[in-house]
Amino acid sequence: MSAVNEADLRELEPLYTRPESLTETPMRYCPACTHGTAHRLVAEVLDELGVRERTVAVASVGCSVYAYEYFNCDCVQAAHGRAPAVATGIKRVRPDSVVFTYQGDGDLASIGLAEVIHAAARAENITVIFINNAVFGMTQGQMAPTSLPGQVTTTTPRGRSVEQGGHPLRVCELLREVEGVAYLARRALGAPRQVRAARKAIHKAFEAQLEGAGFALVELLSICPTFWHKSPLEALKHLEQAMVPYYPLGEYVDWRGSAGGEE
Amino acid sequence: MSESTREAVLLKGNEACAEGAIAGGCRYFFGYPITPQNQIPEYMARHLPEVGGVYLQAESEVAAINMVIGAAAAGTIPMTSSSSPGISLMQEGLSYLVGCELPCVLVNMVRGGPGLGNIAPAQSDYWMSTRGLGHGDGRSLVFAPYSVQEIHDWTAEAFDIAARYRLPVTILGDAALAQVAEPCQVRLRGKTVALEHEWAVGGGLQGRERRIVNSLWVQPDVMEQVNLRIAERLKQASADLTLWQETGSAEPAILVCAYGVTARVAETAIEWAAERGVAARLFRPISLVPFPYAPLGEWAGRVRKILVLELSLGQMIEDVRLAAAGRCEVEFFGRAGGQLLYPEEVADRLVAMMATQG
Ligand SMILES: Cc1ncc(C[n+]2csc(CCOP(=O)(O)OP(=O)(O)O)c2C)c(N)n1
Ligand SMILES: [Mg+2]
Repeated sequence: MSAVNEADLRELEPLYTRPESLTETPMRYCPACTHGTAHRLVAEVLDELGVRERTVAVASVGCSVYAYEYFNCDCVQAAHGRAPAVATGIKRVRPDSVVFTYQGDGDLASIGLAEVIHAAARAENITVIFINNAVFGMTQGQMAPTSLPGQVTTTTPRGRSVEQGGHPLRVCELLREVEGVAYLARRALGAPRQVRAARKAIHKAFEAQLEGAGFALVELLSICPTFWHKSPLEALKHLEQAMVPYYPLGEYVDWRGSAGGEE
Repeated sequence: MSESTREAVLLKGNEACAEGAIAGGCRYFFGYPITPQNQIPEYMARHLPEVGGVYLQAESEVAAINMVIGAAAAGTIPMTSSSSPGISLMQEGLSYLVGCELPCVLVNMVRGGPGLGNIAPAQSDYWMSTRGLGHGDGRSLVFAPYSVQEIHDWTAEAFDIAARYRLPVTILGDAALAQVAEPCQVRLRGKTVALEHEWAVGGGLQGRERRIVNSLWVQPDVMEQVNLRIAERLKQASADLTLWQETGSAEPAILVCAYGVTARVAETAIEWAAERGVAARLFRPISLVPFPYAPLGEWAGRVRKILVLELSLGQMIEDVRLAAAGRCEVEFFGRAGGQLLYPEEVADRLVAMMATQG
């Protein structure tokens, strides 16, 4: 076998490159964290739709607080939970911009629940990417509003007791009742086919905005090996076996009328 | 009537504020109702669409101030208004505005407190407004009008000031000024805040680098540089905008220091006390941040006493004492909880002060 010739390499057609909508800044996420996957999917969709130059990303407070360093577009960093309100302000001033928020479960479903529900009710023409990893990652592993019953976190050391600490919130099920939602889907960043389905959902969620259809949200069930205290493979198994049954995947609202509901 | 104003009309403070904002170029208003300032959002809801503006009722003051952040990031100078409890809720967002170096106009029609308090006039938010908006080492500009006309004019001016220094500008009123109706020379509409500010996101990347609006600086040395940059702009604003007004005796024995509605009471009280042989002068800070320490300090070296009047248990008095720096006695007369001061009792107090000094 002969050595690879650089000139030959140059003639190869690249099959997999960094999307233009991602910067070259190395991401600081933990090994096997799916925030990076979610970033990439969003960036691919922005590229595909050709909207990077008129996109404004709103980063939230959580592990993805640095999203503004990774998304290669205009960015605003919002206070914990307030990204949908910040996005509302941007979109009202710049209706031609494509505006999306990127929020974790603590950010969106705990401290920021009011903001996301009201943005939905106003049919605010924005896209929300909701990363549900069932834990507060950035603050090092406390209970989230989406932590599963029995889940051990630093603030539920004996496992989440619903009697004492309440029940997990299912955000898509809550939001499906809100008039003003154009597109709503839950996907999982697990097996490759799930990741492809997630990408499709993100694509639709931005299309909804481009068509002026109203509020769109994609919930992405994600893994946090670090604070789930699992190896990446165990974490993926947990996603499949514990998260997905509690948080059914599916399209909950589709403005084009084809929402299939739970899958 | 000048070229830039219409005829005088009778307006409530709240209405004059809202119309002043529109004349000042305001096109984006986000708010949440709270008495005694409801006529501001109501007026905006009715009149902003006439000039192509956007009024949006937020789900809370928390949401309102964050909508303001988004709108400011997008390049406009947005506005919100509220009253004391609502401003408490906005503190985090105001701190983000300072940290992100974004401008906005904020109106606080102060009411009695703490807690839910009441809807009567008070000046008990002086500390909250002047000591820093929310957490962190940042302050912002505060102006205290004392008439319907001044509310109108200052709200109109606030947009340019906010843009110039990239800071939130607070118009600090109270329930009395908000509700009282007075003749007001209304400015003509016709100005619109531009969207082409150098920090503005949105509007397309053609011909420019992407922009980031952010207040997260993990490296302390970088954060400190941001702190210093903001402080520098505040210092520049202090040089440009330290404002006060004086009336009364040219050779006063007593200097009365009061702002806002209390200064109105003081004007009458000083006239009445003059008829009873008291030489007093009113020193009315118009800018509370920057506070007119130097001119007030000069008077402290020339008068026998300073009397501070406030609708609180004494907040601005701390700034007055700083200005006086021990050069004269500083006394306090105030009412709290939404109670007003009356000219009779202030005049009596001035007469009594004259009687007790050598
Ligand atoms: C007002 C406020 N409260 C609390 C915090 C601390 N805090 C930072 S991130 C976070 C939770 C983030 O969890 P999540 O949104 O699920 O994101 P993840 O880190 O898991 O991606 C909290 C509580 C904060 N920054 N601001
Ligand atoms: Mg989380």
